[in-house]
Amino acid sequence: MAKEKKGVTLEHISKIYKDPKTGKEFYAVQDTSLTIEPGTFVTLLGPSGCGKTTTLRMIAGFESPDEGEIYLGDEPINELTPNKRDTAMVFQSYALLPHYNVFDNVAYGLKLRKLAPEVIKEKVLNILKLVKLEGMEGRMTNQLSGGQQQRVALARALVIEPSVLLFDEPLSNLDAKLRVDMRTEIRRIQQEVGITAIYVTHDQSEAMALSDNIIIMNKGVVAQMGSPKEIYYHPNDKFVADFIGEANFLEGKYLKDEGEMAILEIEGNEYPVFKNKDMKKDEVYTVVLRPEAASLAEKGGLPCEVVLSCFMGSYQNYHVMVGNTLVKLQEFNPKHKRIYEVGEKCHLVFDPESVHVL
Amino acid sequence: MAKGQGAALDRKKLMADPILITTICVLIAFLTLFILYPLAILLVDSFVSEEGRFGFSVFKRIFDMPNFTTAISNTLKVGFVVGIGSVLIGLLFAYVEVYVEMNKFVGGLFKVVSLLPVVSPPFVLSLSMIMLFGKSGIITRFLLGIYDNSVYGFWGIAIVQTLTFFPVCYMMLKGLLKNIDPSLEEAARDMGASRMKVFTSVTFPLLLPGLGNAFLVTFIESIADFANPMIIGGSYDTLATTIYLQITGAYDKAGAAAMAVVLLCITLMMFMVQKYYLEAKTAATLTGKASRARMFITDRSVKIPLTILCSLMALFVILMYVCVPIGSFFPTWGYKFFPLTGKWFKLVFTRYHGFKAFKDSFVLSFIASPITALLSMIISYLVVKRSFRAKGFIEAVSMLAMAVPGTVLGVGFIRGFAGGVFHTGFLQGLYGTGTLLVIVFIVRSLPTGTRSGISALRQIDKSIEESAYDMGADSFTVFMTVTLPLIKDSFLSGLVTAFVRSITAISAIILLVTPQFLLITVQINEFAEKGSFSLACAFATILILITYSAVVLMNIFIKYFGTSRKIKEDF
Repeated sequence: MAKEKKGVTLEHISKIYKDPKTGKEFYAVQDTSLTIEPGTFVTLLGPSGCGKTTTLRMIAGFESPDEGEIYLGDEPINELTPNKRDTAMVFQSYALLPHYNVFDNVAYGLKLRKLAPEVIKEKVLNILKLVKLEGMEGRMTNQLSGGQQQRVALARALVIEPSVLLFDEPLSNLDAKLRVDMRTEIRRIQQEVGITAIYVTHDQSEAMALSDNIIIMNKGVVAQMGSPKEIYYHPNDKFVADFIGEANFLEGKYLKDEGEMAILEIEGNEYPVFKNKDMKKDEVYTVVLRPEAASLAEKGGLPCEVVLSCFMGSYQNYHVMVGNTLVKLQEFNPKHKRIYEVGEKCHLVFDPESVHVL
Repeated sequence: MAKGQGAALDRKKLMADPILITTICVLIAFLTLFILYPLAILLVDSFVSEEGRFGFSVFKRIFDMPNFTTAISNTLKVGFVVGIGSVLIGLLFAYVEVYVEMNKFVGGLFKVVSLLPVVSPPFVLSLSMIMLFGKSGIITRFLLGIYDNSVYGFWGIAIVQTLTFFPVCYMMLKGLLKNIDPSLEEAARDMGASRMKVFTSVTFPLLLPGLGNAFLVTFIESIADFANPMIIGGSYDTLATTIYLQITGAYDKAGAAAMAVVLLCITLMMFMVQKYYLEAKTAATLTGKASRARMFITDRSVKIPLTILCSLMALFVILMYVCVPIGSFFPTWGYKFFPLTGKWFKLVFTRYHGFKAFKDSFVLSFIASPITALLSMIISYLVVKRSFRAKGFIEAVSMLAMAVPGTVLGVGFIRGFAGGVFHTGFLQGLYGTGTLLVIVFIVRSLPTGTRSGISALRQIDKSIEESAYDMGADSFTVFMTVTLPLIKDSFLSGLVTAFVRSITAISAIILLVTPQFLLITVQINEFAEKGSFSLACAFATILILITYSAVVLMNIFIKYFGTSRKIKEDF
């Protein structure tokens, strides 16, 4: 597929909906600007109702933005209908045409483009090989498993060689194990074809596994955009920190600097953290502590009391109270470690570099 | 917040689709000209007095006519009794079918009863009522020896209409009962309620809005019914027949228009209550799909009496229907039964232009039905799958047509087109032609087709069409390659329903038909009026044959060419 890769740019996009019950208008998407580089895999991630699907449907052309302009490459596409846009979508419900077999489903877009039958046949068989469905072209779609149907949907979108591939929560109807297999598969195919892909999901592990870049949306606006690592380790705010993985929030007053470290007073005790931004004296800051970054010790660190201690196999799960703050943490490979029981007093320790100050 | 740009873009995208735009424009023009305009002209006409002044003088005049005010109370009385009767019988049938274990034979009877009103012309029951219970009726005169029994009047209409309309209630209530989750009732039983208590405290309250809904639907059908009161009403006039007589007897078109407005107001009011209040409530009380199959009542003390009662009623209804074909073979109804003869059929074709009547009816309906089916599928597609500004208008007007009694529409067409549109002479050439009759057929069957199309389309995942659109198909291609194949069954049955409804239609058409066209239904009505029941029966028998074979053909067609079962399981 020697086609020029194209990126997608959104400039100050807004979409207004009316609440059917109250009749009030609200922003489903508000003043969103994004640049998606050609050939990258980008995920729109967020809780339901955050505007991620609306954004995707605006890119596909099913919804029209109330403000702003969408570009495909350099070309503004606001006025184009979905059938005139060089995008192809993979739907949550697969949306296969139930009265066609696998071959005709995949060939549908090619037939509309009036290609010669032998060209169509060649392209369809090639793409079916890519999604590992050789020999299935004569099956009716309802004779396929969920995973196979999803492959057909993907093949159908790929075969018309769009500039951008859009995914609307394509794996949410599959069972857990198949979901993991399919996401590896989707990533493999995207890399092989080298196509720009925009993927909507509410499943963070899916987003982590698939994406070059993740865009986290909340209440119609972009909360953060960045690589999975950036987003996990350096969240912009509490929402992002809490949404991606598990997060503990410790509040601490900034007292002074000690080299590269800032000394915070957390629940009455001083503790150093890595200073990742400018801080003002005597202000209270929130520190993000991931559960796997903390551990319990006999001494040092912050004094705490264990309120839950539960063996989970690969890790020991603890809830501890540090003063008035509940901290959840996981100690991995607990077989030879000291296990703290409920009610025991101990100390919470963590590496000053593994936390992030908001 | 300004939604301007989004709306403007949506409009632009719509404009990029010329076939869609043309279709929408043609539809709007059609609906306006042939549904809204005739009703509007009725309003205008009835508010403009004979001297051309605006006012209530026409209404004052008709409300001073004693026969008109009696007709109103007659109509409402009949509608009320028929509504109650149909709902009760319908509920009994529905309950027995859903709750009581039945053998194959009784199940078959139920199926026949639900199908009969669909395939038979509207006045068959009136005919057989007269032939069974009238002055020379087989049952009254020959079996019971009563010589002066009169079936004409209130009870005649009420019984015949109840028997005609209760299958509709039965089908509606059956759907509702099936949607009540059995575990609700089992929970009540489990807590110690008797079967009767479960029915009165759980099933009945859940069903109540649905019963109200069924009652109003029947009520509207009853007051809009023209054929039965015409044949069996005798001197007991309802609104529909009064309006007809006002035009054909008194030549008072302005008066008839005002009467039609009154009738329309009543049905519209009922329709609004039914559509926007009860229908929503019915849906709200439903608990959704039953989680598992219901345990049938096998208790013999419940099962046997209920089954016998229903079977007897079903057999009686079936007897009423077969009475007409049988009657057409008797030499003289009520006097001489043997030997069976084909002379009435011979007379139909030799003396009474039977062949022309069947040809005219058949050809007009045959032209109207594919147009109706296609139009209703297009309307359903637009209503369910697309969004554009005029969508509300298209949906509202095509649903409005459901609430318009045929007689009202007939008067509206006379007033609206006899002198051209707005009496200007424009389109005057249309009046009295077959084209106008075809249009009336279309308008009369459009709402039923649209309703079934809408419910079929709602079951199809929206993203299936979106995916085709996304692949590069325009609206027309999406409709032809995806939508239509997926609702093929609904389209086919719409086609046949439109055909059957057209060929059995009478209320609107009897006002508009010109001598150049002979229609079977109009012939049956004429012969029944004259008392030539054998001829009416012969006509009706052939009509039933035609409609029945249309339905059978459709079923065969759906079986072999329709959407395969496998695909259906997907939805």
